[in-house]
Amino acid sequence: MTNRDSLKIAVASGKGGTGKTTVATALALSLAEDTSKPILFLDCDVEAPNAHLFLKPQFREEKPVEILIPEVNEELCTYCGKCAEVCQFQAIAVLSQRVLVFPQLCHGCGSCTMICPTNAIHETPKTIGVLQKGTAGEIEFARGVMDIGEPMAVPIIRQLKKWVAPLKPKITIVDSPPGTSCPVVESIRGSDFLLLVTEPTPFGLHDLKLAYQVAKELQIPAGVVINRENGVYEELDEFCAQVNLPVLMRIPFQRVIAEGIAKGENLLNILPEMSEDFQNTMDVIKTLVKKGK
Amino acid sequence: MKIAITTTAPQLQAQLDPRFGRCAYLLVVDSETMEFQAYPNPAINAPGGAGIKMAKFVSDLKPDAVISGDFGPNAAEALRSANLAMYLFGESQSVQDVIERFKTGKLTRF
Repeated sequence: MTNRDSLKIAVASGKGGTGKTTVATALALSLAEDTSKPILFLDCDVEAPNAHLFLKPQFREEKPVEILIPEVNEELCTYCGKCAEVCQFQAIAVLSQRVLVFPQLCHGCGSCTMICPTNAIHETPKTIGVLQKGTAGEIEFARGVMDIGEPMAVPIIRQLKKWVAPLKPKITIVDSPPGTSCPVVESIRGSDFLLLVTEPTPFGLHDLKLAYQVAKELQIPAGVVINRENGVYEELDEFCAQVNLPVLMRIPFQRVIAEGIAKGENLLNILPEMSEDFQNTMDVIKTLVKKGK
Repeated sequence: MKIAITTTAPQLQAQLDPRFGRCAYLLVVDSETMEFQAYPNPAINAPGGAGIKMAKFVSDLKPDAVISGDFGPNAAEALRSANLAMYLFGESQSVQDVIERFKTGKLTRF
Protein backbone atom coordinates (compact mmCIF):
# COMPACT_ATOMS: atom_id res chain seq x y z
CA MET A 1 0.00 0.00 0.00
CA THR A 2 1.88 3.03 -1.23
CA ASN A 3 -1.09 5.39 -1.30
CA ARG A 4 0.27 8.47 0.50
CA ASP A 5 -2.86 9.54 2.33
CA SER A 6 -3.60 6.13 3.76
CA LEU A 7 -1.70 4.25 6.41
CA LYS A 8 -1.83 0.58 7.18
CA ILE A 9 -0.40 -0.70 10.46
CA ALA A 10 -0.19 -4.40 11.21
CA VAL A 11 0.12 -5.69 14.75
CA ALA A 12 1.99 -8.99 15.07
CA SER A 13 4.05 -10.77 17.70
CA GLY A 14 5.49 -14.14 16.95
CA LYS A 15 4.55 -15.54 20.34
CA GLY A 16 0.85 -15.82 21.05
CA GLY A 17 -0.71 -14.16 24.07
CA THR A 18 1.65 -11.19 24.23
CA GLY A 19 -1.15 -8.66 23.80
CA LYS A 20 -1.57 -8.12 20.04
CA THR A 21 -5.30 -7.67 20.24
CA THR A 22 -5.05 -5.56 23.41
CA VAL A 23 -2.63 -3.20 21.66
CA ALA A 24 -4.39 -3.22 18.28
CA THR A 25 -7.83 -2.44 19.72
CA ALA A 26 -6.46 0.25 22.06
CA LEU A 27 -4.59 1.86 19.17
CA ALA A 28 -7.75 1.87 17.04
CA LEU A 29 -9.84 3.36 19.86
CA SER A 30 -7.31 6.08 20.62
CA LEU A 31 -7.25 7.08 16.94
CA ALA A 32 -11.03 6.97 16.68
CA GLU A 33 -11.22 9.85 19.12
CA ASP A 34 -10.36 12.01 16.11
CA THR A 35 -13.44 11.24 14.00
CA SER A 36 -12.19 13.12 10.96
CA LYS A 37 -10.06 10.12 9.98
CA PRO A 38 -12.04 7.00 9.16
CA ILE A 39 -10.45 3.92 10.70
CA LEU A 40 -10.75 0.34 9.60
CA PHE A 41 -9.99 -2.48 11.99
CA LEU A 42 -9.23 -5.84 10.37
CA ASP A 43 -9.18 -8.95 12.53
CA CYS A 44 -7.04 -11.29 10.41
CA ASP A 45 -6.63 -13.91 13.13
CA VAL A 46 -9.26 -15.97 11.37
CA GLU A 47 -8.51 -19.15 13.33
CA ALA A 48 -9.40 -17.48 16.61
CA PRO A 49 -10.66 -13.93 16.04
CA ASN A 50 -11.18 -12.09 19.32
CA ALA A 51 -10.96 -8.35 18.67
CA HIS A 52 -14.78 -8.19 18.67
CA LEU A 53 -14.66 -8.92 22.42
CA PHE A 54 -13.04 -5.53 23.00
CA LEU A 55 -14.50 -3.39 20.22
CA LYS A 56 -18.01 -4.91 20.33
CA PRO A 57 -18.95 -4.26 16.71
CA GLN A 58 -22.39 -4.61 15.15
CA PHE A 59 -22.08 -6.81 12.07
CA ARG A 60 -24.25 -5.79 9.12
CA GLU A 61 -22.82 -7.73 6.20
CA GLU A 62 -21.65 -11.26 5.69
CA LYS A 63 -20.05 -13.17 2.85
CA PRO A 64 -19.02 -16.81 2.69
CA VAL A 65 -15.42 -17.62 1.74
CA GLU A 66 -15.18 -20.28 -0.92
CA ILE A 67 -12.29 -21.97 -2.60
CA LEU A 68 -12.51 -24.08 -5.75
CA ILE A 69 -11.92 -27.78 -5.26
CA PRO A 70 -11.39 -30.23 -8.12
CA GLU A 71 -14.04 -32.78 -8.95
CA VAL A 72 -13.05 -35.65 -11.23
CA ASN A 73 -15.27 -37.26 -13.82
CA GLU A 74 -13.84 -40.79 -13.84
CA GLU A 75 -15.57 -41.57 -17.13
CA LEU A 76 -13.27 -39.10 -18.88
CA CYS A 77 -10.20 -39.78 -16.72
CA THR A 78 -7.38 -41.84 -18.23
CA TYR A 79 -5.45 -42.03 -14.92
CA CYS A 80 -2.45 -40.39 -16.55
CA GLY A 81 -1.52 -38.83 -13.19
CA LYS A 82 -0.64 -35.35 -14.55
CA CYS A 83 -2.98 -33.70 -12.02
CA ALA A 84 -1.21 -35.39 -9.11
CA GLU A 85 2.21 -34.46 -10.51
CA VAL A 86 1.37 -30.78 -10.80
CA CYS A 87 -0.20 -30.52 -7.32
CA GLN A 88 2.30 -29.11 -4.81
CA PHE A 89 0.19 -30.20 -1.84
CA GLN A 90 -0.69 -33.84 -2.66
CA ALA A 91 -4.35 -32.81 -2.65
CA ILE A 92 -5.04 -35.09 -5.59
CA ALA A 93 -3.63 -38.59 -6.00
CA VAL A 94 -3.94 -41.19 -8.73
CA LEU A 95 -3.64 -44.74 -7.42
CA SER A 96 -4.25 -47.77 -9.64
CA GLN A 97 -7.27 -46.63 -11.62
CA ARG A 98 -8.65 -44.35 -8.95
CA VAL A 99 -8.38 -40.62 -8.37
CA LEU A 100 -8.55 -39.34 -4.81
CA VAL A 101 -9.15 -35.71 -3.90
CA PHE A 102 -8.22 -34.45 -0.43
CA PRO A 103 -10.18 -31.19 -0.17
CA GLN A 104 -8.49 -30.12 3.08
CA LEU A 105 -5.07 -30.12 1.46
CA CYS A 106 -6.27 -28.23 -1.65
CA HIS A 107 -5.18 -24.59 -1.97
CA GLY A 108 -7.63 -24.00 -4.83
CA CYS A 109 -4.96 -23.02 -7.36
CA GLY A 110 -6.67 -24.73 -10.31
CA SER A 111 -3.50 -26.28 -11.78
CA CYS A 112 -4.96 -29.81 -11.93
CA THR A 113 -7.98 -28.59 -13.87
CA MET A 114 -5.76 -26.73 -16.33
CA ILE A 115 -3.34 -29.56 -16.94
CA CYS A 116 -5.88 -32.37 -17.38
CA PRO A 117 -5.56 -33.51 -21.04
CA THR A 118 -9.07 -34.98 -21.20
CA ASN A 119 -10.95 -32.22 -19.33
CA ALA A 120 -12.01 -34.73 -16.73
CA ILE A 121 -11.64 -32.20 -13.90
CA HIS A 122 -13.92 -29.30 -13.13
CA GLU A 123 -13.96 -27.10 -10.06
CA THR A 124 -16.70 -26.82 -7.48
CA PRO A 125 -16.84 -24.23 -4.71
CA LYS A 126 -16.34 -25.29 -1.11
CA THR A 127 -17.08 -22.97 1.81
CA ILE A 128 -14.22 -22.71 4.32
CA GLY A 129 -15.26 -19.67 6.36
CA VAL A 130 -17.12 -16.39 6.47
CA LEU A 131 -16.29 -12.68 6.25
CA GLN A 132 -18.17 -10.17 8.44
CA LYS A 133 -18.31 -6.40 8.27
CA GLY A 134 -19.85 -3.78 10.52
CA THR A 135 -19.07 -0.86 12.77
CA ALA A 136 -17.85 -0.40 16.32
CA GLY A 137 -18.66 3.23 17.15
CA GLU A 138 -16.60 5.28 14.71
CA ILE A 139 -14.51 2.30 13.67
CA GLU A 140 -15.24 0.21 10.61
CA PHE A 141 -14.73 -3.37 11.71
CA ALA A 142 -14.22 -6.45 9.55
CA ARG A 143 -13.03 -9.95 10.25
CA GLY A 144 -12.75 -13.42 8.80
CA VAL A 145 -13.84 -16.52 10.65
CA MET A 146 -12.59 -19.94 9.58
CA ASP A 147 -15.00 -22.87 9.76
CA ILE A 148 -14.19 -25.46 12.43
CA GLY A 149 -12.13 -28.31 11.01
CA GLU A 150 -10.78 -26.28 8.09
CA PRO A 151 -6.99 -26.02 7.99
CA MET A 152 -6.33 -23.13 5.60
CA ALA A 153 -6.42 -19.55 6.82
CA VAL A 154 -4.63 -17.81 3.95
CA PRO A 155 -7.51 -17.79 1.41
CA ILE A 156 -9.79 -16.30 4.07
CA ILE A 157 -7.33 -13.53 4.93
CA ARG A 158 -6.71 -12.81 1.26
CA GLN A 159 -10.43 -12.54 0.51
CA LEU A 160 -10.98 -10.42 3.63
CA LYS A 161 -8.40 -7.88 2.45
CA LYS A 162 -9.94 -7.80 -1.01
CA TRP A 163 -13.48 -7.43 0.39
CA VAL A 164 -12.66 -4.32 2.43
CA ALA A 165 -10.40 -2.66 -0.17
CA PRO A 166 -13.24 -0.46 -1.57
CA LEU A 167 -13.71 1.13 1.89
CA LYS A 168 -10.54 3.19 1.31
CA PRO A 169 -9.92 4.04 4.98
CA LYS A 170 -7.36 6.65 6.05
CA ILE A 171 -5.98 4.30 8.66
CA THR A 172 -6.13 0.52 8.76
CA ILE A 173 -5.19 -1.47 11.85
CA VAL A 174 -4.54 -5.15 11.14
CA ASP A 175 -4.69 -7.60 14.02
CA SER A 176 -2.58 -10.47 12.71
CA PRO A 177 -2.49 -14.10 13.87
CA PRO A 178 0.34 -15.28 16.14
CA GLY A 179 3.38 -17.04 14.71
CA THR A 180 5.39 -16.26 11.59
CA SER A 181 3.86 -18.66 9.06
CA CYS A 182 1.85 -18.07 5.88
CA PRO A 183 -1.28 -16.58 7.54
CA VAL A 184 0.90 -13.96 9.28
CA VAL A 185 2.74 -13.11 6.08
CA GLU A 186 -0.57 -12.75 4.23
CA SER A 187 -1.99 -10.53 7.02
CA ILE A 188 0.92 -8.11 7.15
CA ARG A 189 1.78 -8.07 3.46
CA GLY A 190 1.20 -4.58 2.06
CA SER A 191 1.35 -2.86 5.46
CA ASP A 192 3.28 0.38 5.90
CA PHE A 193 4.36 -0.45 9.42
CA LEU A 194 4.62 -3.48 11.63
CA LEU A 195 4.00 -3.11 15.34
CA LEU A 196 5.56 -6.07 17.13
CA VAL A 197 4.09 -6.75 20.55
CA THR A 198 6.33 -8.74 22.84
CA GLU A 199 6.70 -9.66 26.48
CA PRO A 200 9.91 -9.57 28.53
CA THR A 201 10.42 -13.34 28.65
CA PRO A 202 12.90 -15.59 26.81
CA PHE A 203 10.00 -17.04 24.83
CA GLY A 204 8.73 -13.58 23.91
CA LEU A 205 12.21 -12.52 22.81
CA HIS A 206 12.82 -15.71 20.84
CA ASP A 207 9.66 -15.19 18.81
CA LEU A 208 10.26 -11.45 18.47
CA LYS A 209 13.49 -12.32 16.69
CA LEU A 210 11.55 -14.52 14.26
CA ALA A 211 8.90 -11.84 13.71
CA TYR A 212 11.63 -9.27 13.11
CA GLN A 213 13.06 -11.53 10.39
CA VAL A 214 9.67 -11.55 8.68
CA ALA A 215 9.52 -7.74 8.79
CA LYS A 216 13.00 -7.57 7.31
CA GLU A 217 12.17 -10.07 4.59
CA LEU A 218 9.00 -8.17 3.62
CA GLN A 219 10.84 -4.83 3.97
CA ILE A 220 8.27 -3.36 6.32
CA PRO A 221 9.56 -0.85 8.89
CA ALA A 222 8.86 -2.12 12.40
CA GLY A 223 8.76 -1.05 16.03
CA VAL A 224 8.23 -2.81 19.33
CA VAL A 225 5.68 -2.61 22.12
CA ILE A 226 6.85 -4.30 25.32
CA ASN A 227 3.79 -5.50 27.17
CA ARG A 228 3.58 -6.65 30.81
CA GLU A 229 6.91 -5.02 31.60
CA ASN A 230 7.92 -5.93 35.11
CA GLY A 231 11.44 -4.79 35.97
CA VAL A 232 14.31 -4.95 33.52
CA TYR A 233 14.92 -7.67 30.95
CA GLU A 234 18.18 -6.56 29.43
CA GLU A 235 18.40 -9.12 26.64
CA LEU A 236 15.22 -7.73 25.08
CA ASP A 237 16.40 -4.11 24.98
CA GLU A 238 19.82 -5.24 23.83
CA PHE A 239 18.32 -7.12 20.89
CA CYS A 240 16.15 -4.15 19.89
CA ALA A 241 19.13 -1.78 20.03
CA GLN A 242 21.32 -4.21 18.15
CA VAL A 243 18.98 -4.54 15.15
CA ASN A 244 17.77 -0.95 15.31
CA LEU A 245 14.25 -1.83 16.28
CA PRO A 246 12.75 1.15 18.12
CA VAL A 247 10.86 0.43 21.35
CA LEU A 248 7.80 2.60 20.90
CA MET A 249 5.88 1.79 24.03
CA ARG A 250 6.15 -0.03 27.34
CA ILE A 251 2.99 -1.23 29.03
CA PRO A 252 3.64 -2.03 32.69
CA PHE A 253 2.56 -5.27 34.29
CA GLN A 254 -0.52 -4.35 36.34
CA ARG A 255 -3.11 -6.57 37.89
CA VAL A 256 -5.85 -4.07 37.08
CA ILE A 257 -5.15 -4.53 33.33
CA ALA A 258 -5.35 -8.31 33.54
CA GLU A 259 -8.58 -8.13 35.51
CA GLY A 260 -10.17 -5.70 33.04
CA ILE A 261 -9.11 -7.68 29.94
CA ALA A 262 -10.47 -10.86 31.53
CA LYS A 263 -13.83 -9.10 31.79
CA GLY A 264 -13.70 -8.05 28.14
CA GLU A 265 -12.87 -4.42 28.77
CA ASN A 266 -10.51 -2.70 26.37
CA LEU A 267 -7.25 -1.24 27.62
CA LEU A 268 -8.37 2.38 27.24
CA ASN A 269 -11.44 1.71 29.35
CA ILE A 270 -9.20 0.31 32.06
CA LEU A 271 -6.53 3.04 31.86
CA PRO A 272 -7.99 6.03 29.93
CA GLU A 273 -4.75 7.99 30.40
CA MET A 274 -3.02 5.54 28.02
CA SER A 275 -4.92 7.02 25.08
CA GLU A 276 -2.33 9.76 24.85
CA ASP A 277 0.52 7.22 24.83
CA PHE A 278 -1.08 5.47 21.89
CA GLN A 279 -1.61 8.74 20.02
CA ASN A 280 2.04 9.65 20.61
CA THR A 281 3.10 6.22 19.41
CA MET A 282 1.04 6.81 16.28
CA ASP A 283 2.89 10.08 15.66
CA VAL A 284 6.22 8.28 15.95
CA ILE A 285 4.99 5.56 13.58
CA LYS A 286 3.99 8.20 11.01
CA THR A 287 7.46 9.75 11.22
CA LEU A 288 9.13 6.36 10.83
CA VAL A 289 6.95 5.49 7.83
CA LYS A 290 7.75 8.82 6.19
CA LYS A 291 11.45 8.28 6.80
CA GLY A 292 11.24 4.82 5.30
CA LYS A 293 9.76 6.09 2.03
CA MET B 1 5.34 -62.43 -1.18
CA LYS B 2 6.54 -58.85 -1.51
CA ILE B 3 6.26 -57.03 1.82
CA ALA B 4 6.86 -53.28 2.21
CA ILE B 5 8.15 -52.25 5.65
CA THR B 6 9.06 -48.80 6.98
CA THR B 7 12.56 -48.68 8.49
CA THR B 8 15.09 -46.15 9.76
CA ALA B 9 17.97 -47.37 7.58
CA PRO B 10 18.40 -49.19 4.24
CA GLN B 11 19.37 -52.59 5.72
CA LEU B 12 17.64 -55.74 6.92
CA GLN B 13 19.18 -55.12 10.37
CA ALA B 14 17.66 -51.63 10.50
CA GLN B 15 15.30 -50.53 13.23
CA LEU B 16 11.64 -50.29 12.29
CA ASP B 17 10.30 -46.79 11.64
CA PRO B 18 6.91 -46.30 13.32
CA ARG B 19 5.93 -43.51 10.91
CA PHE B 20 4.51 -44.23 7.48
CA GLY B 21 4.46 -40.88 5.65
CA ARG B 22 7.66 -39.63 7.28
CA CYS B 23 9.59 -42.89 7.54
CA ALA B 24 13.28 -42.76 6.58
CA TYR B 25 13.30 -45.82 4.30
CA LEU B 26 11.00 -48.32 2.75
CA LEU B 27 12.23 -51.91 2.50
CA VAL B 28 10.49 -54.18 0.05
CA VAL B 29 11.33 -57.69 1.21
CA ASP B 30 10.70 -61.05 -0.42
CA SER B 31 9.29 -63.03 2.48
CA GLU B 32 10.66 -66.34 1.20
CA THR B 33 14.21 -65.46 0.20
CA MET B 34 14.64 -62.34 2.38
CA GLU B 35 16.02 -60.54 -0.65
CA PHE B 36 15.18 -56.87 -0.46
CA GLN B 37 15.24 -53.48 -2.12
CA ALA B 38 15.61 -50.30 -0.04
CA TYR B 39 14.10 -46.99 -1.12
CA PRO B 40 14.66 -43.64 0.59
CA ASN B 41 11.32 -41.97 1.35
CA PRO B 42 10.61 -39.51 -1.49
CA ALA B 43 8.12 -37.64 0.71
CA ILE B 44 10.32 -37.11 3.74
CA ASN B 45 10.65 -33.36 3.22
CA ALA B 46 7.18 -32.71 1.78
CA PRO B 47 5.60 -29.71 3.54
CA GLY B 48 2.30 -31.56 3.69
CA GLY B 49 0.57 -34.65 2.34
CA ALA B 50 3.61 -36.86 2.96
CA GLY B 51 1.38 -39.85 3.72
CA ILE B 52 -0.39 -39.53 0.38
CA LYS B 53 2.85 -39.15 -1.55
CA MET B 54 4.30 -42.19 0.21
CA ALA B 55 1.11 -44.19 -0.44
CA LYS B 56 1.40 -43.43 -4.13
CA PHE B 57 5.07 -44.44 -4.10
CA VAL B 58 4.31 -47.71 -2.31
CA SER B 59 1.37 -48.59 -4.52
CA ASP B 60 3.53 -48.18 -7.64
CA LEU B 61 5.88 -50.83 -6.21
CA LYS B 62 2.89 -53.20 -6.02
CA PRO B 63 3.73 -55.08 -2.81
CA ASP B 64 1.35 -57.67 -1.37
CA ALA B 65 1.25 -55.93 2.01
CA VAL B 66 2.42 -52.72 3.70
CA ILE B 67 3.62 -52.82 7.31
CA SER B 68 4.29 -49.80 9.51
CA GLY B 69 3.78 -48.55 13.07
CA ASP B 70 0.64 -46.64 12.13
CA PHE B 71 -1.10 -45.04 9.16
CA GLY B 72 -2.53 -41.52 9.04
CA PRO B 73 -6.10 -41.04 7.76
CA ASN B 74 -5.06 -39.70 4.34
CA ALA B 75 -2.40 -42.35 3.79
CA ALA B 76 -4.83 -45.08 4.85
CA GLU B 77 -7.51 -43.81 2.46
CA ALA B 78 -5.01 -43.74 -0.41
CA LEU B 79 -3.61 -47.22 0.35
CA ARG B 80 -7.11 -48.63 0.74
CA SER B 81 -8.16 -47.29 -2.64
CA ALA B 82 -5.08 -48.93 -4.13
CA ASN B 83 -6.30 -52.20 -2.55
CA LEU B 84 -3.16 -52.59 -0.48
CA ALA B 85 -3.35 -54.61 2.73
CA MET B 86 -2.05 -52.64 5.73
CA TYR B 87 -0.64 -54.22 8.89
CA LEU B 88 0.76 -52.79 12.13
CA PHE B 89 4.15 -54.16 13.25
CA GLY B 90 3.20 -53.71 16.91
CA GLU B 91 5.80 -55.19 19.24
CA SER B 92 8.05 -56.50 16.47
CA GLN B 93 11.71 -55.61 17.01
CA SER B 94 13.28 -56.23 13.60
CA VAL B 95 12.51 -56.74 9.94
CA GLN B 96 13.11 -60.47 10.41
CA ASP B 97 10.69 -60.48 13.31
CA VAL B 98 8.03 -58.61 11.29
CA ILE B 99 8.27 -61.05 8.40
CA GLU B 100 8.05 -64.00 10.80
CA ARG B 101 4.95 -62.59 12.49
CA PHE B 102 3.41 -61.71 9.16
CA LYS B 103 3.84 -65.28 7.88
CA THR B 104 2.30 -66.76 10.99
CA GLY B 105 -0.63 -64.34 10.91
CA LYS B 106 0.32 -62.59 14.16
CA LEU B 107 0.23 -59.00 12.88
CA THR B 108 -2.81 -56.80 13.38
CA ARG B 109 -4.57 -55.81 10.19
CA PHE B 110 -5.05 -52.05 9.99
